[in-house]
Amino acid sequence: MRSHAKRLPSRPVILLLQLGVLIAFFLIWHVLTDTKILSPFFFGTPGAVLARTWADFASGVIWYHLGITLLETALAFVIGTVAGIAFGFWFARAPLVSVVFDPYIKAVNALPRVVLAPIFALWLGLGIWSKVALGVTLVFFIVFFNVYQGVKEVSPVVLANARMLGASSRDLFRHVYLPSALSWVFSSLHTAVGFAMVGAVVGEYLGSAAGLGYRIHQAEGVFDTVGVFSGMLVLTIFVVLIDAAVTVIEKRLLHWRPQDTSGGQH
Amino acid sequence: MAEAAAAAPALQLEGVTCTFPSPDGRGRSYTAVQGASFTVADGEFVSIVGPTGSGKSTMLNVAAGLLKPSEGRALSFGQPVTGINPKAGYMFQAEALMPWKSALDNVAAGLEFRGVSKAEARERAMPWLSRVGLEGFGDRFPHQLSGGMRKRVALAQTLIVDPKIILMDEPFSALDVQTRQMMENELLDLWAADRKSVVFITHDLEEAIAMSDRVLVLSAGPGSRLIGEYRIDLDRPRDVAEIRMTPQFLALHQEIWAQLRDEVLKGYAQTKLR
Ligand SMILES: Nc1ncnc2c1ncn2[C@@H]1O[C@H](COP(=O)(O)OP(=O)(O)OP(=O)(O)O)[C@@H](O)[C@H]1O
Ligand SMILES: [Mg+2]
Repeated sequence: MRSHAKRLPSRPVILLLQLGVLIAFFLIWHVLTDTKILSPFFFGTPGAVLARTWADFASGVIWYHLGITLLETALAFVIGTVAGIAFGFWFARAPLVSVVFDPYIKAVNALPRVVLAPIFALWLGLGIWSKVALGVTLVFFIVFFNVYQGVKEVSPVVLANARMLGASSRDLFRHVYLPSALSWVFSSLHTAVGFAMVGAVVGEYLGSAAGLGYRIHQAEGVFDTVGVFSGMLVLTIFVVLIDAAVTVIEKRLLHWRPQDTSGGQH
Repeated sequence: MAEAAAAAPALQLEGVTCTFPSPDGRGRSYTAVQGASFTVADGEFVSIVGPTGSGKSTMLNVAAGLLKPSEGRALSFGQPVTGINPKAGYMFQAEALMPWKSALDNVAAGLEFRGVSKAEARERAMPWLSRVGLEGFGDRFPHQLSGGMRKRVALAQTLIVDPKIILMDEPFSALDVQTRQMMENELLDLWAADRKSVVFITHDLEEAIAMSDRVLVLSAGPGSRLIGEYRIDLDRPRDVAEIRMTPQFLALHQEIWAQLRDEVLKGYAQTKLR
């Protein structure tokens, strides 16, 4: 039987096509800079960028900076998530608190967090904590709003049913509110992890002595385009790997949810 | 003391009136149920039929202690119902399973809430799953089950904690005729085995007659009242499919339907008006 929808090719073919796009991108870049249509000074050359990246990994200097960025990302994510869950629950279960603080939460959330970076640097110095703080302000609100929503959205029938089955308020927390809230948190995991990293890298970029953002900033300071692109390349690979890890975790934690029917929650 | 408790009816509603504020907070409030009084004896199987919107679910919520009536009160085994009625099990009309728990864990939940260890609760939930015909479906999540299967999980979930009175809100309306009759017979068997009290809400008059000791008829809303009460003296044990062919059944059906039909028409007209 033929299906009406256009059939997609098999997975290996798709992977090959995706790889093709990557190679084509590097080839075009190479040709354009090799023929001097684009200046290698401003655009680097793929050969030089790959060679630089390879050298950085081979000599080991990059690992230290990767480690710093990863540590900042992880700390921002964990602290922001824990705080977001705690406050999300508190606000959802205490209507007065949520009503009173509502405009302030909205105001702070509307503030572009980058402007806080210099303040955090002033308060917390140029070490990792000013970057963590910046990441936390980003992660916190995503998790906070999702937990708040998750607690509010619990079906009243599911809740009533659990109570009829004899659930105490502790049971309700553990068996009803928490799973519901966590499902919203997990579904925003990609965004939260991404923002934790944005906080770390932007913080490093604006003032620090280590990390991927610092490396890129350094290279920019001396018009080292190859260094900038190499830094971006490492950052991209790093992001893709973390995102893949998040996808795996998400699949494991949200297997009870129907796929692709309800749309996303963000 | 114990004697008195044993003699007390499983459920007693005394002049229960439920008024809901209108959704916008202004306007007129809506009285769903007006002065409803009835009794369900210990071990009795009572069905309530009534047109849609007549307040059947509302009365059940009062009996469960989920809804405080505006007037009147509910008693369960002689105790006034304030807060959740601990003697009652409630099978809801709407989806009530916890979507993040597997079928088995949903059935086991009530035991866990009562302090049984997770492992033991699961152990004891297994036979309940097979009783409702879902052996081998224990690790499915609710969204992976059909609507009828979810209802059966809900039935097992309600019964596993051994409630003294079972409140059932249109439990089988989502099932196909064959599964439905199987479940109805299964419920009658379970009920015959340890004579719990059952309050059974249904749209289906035939189902009500086939299952019950007594059928209560509710008028159309607003301000529904109980307008009819019929004792069903059909022999037990019954088979819900066979009993429908008997002359007594048909006679009862004709008698009750004559009254219910008018209310259904009224109820339908009301719903269209609102
Ligand atoms: N929380 C509520 N707020 C406002 N009105 C309500 C509320 N709950 C029920 N009602 C109204 O009370 C009336 C009775 O509702 P109920 O759910 O008890 O009907 P029902 O007899 O169970 O109907 P059905 O057979 O369709 O399930 C309806 O008109 C409904 O709109
Ligand atoms: Mg109802």
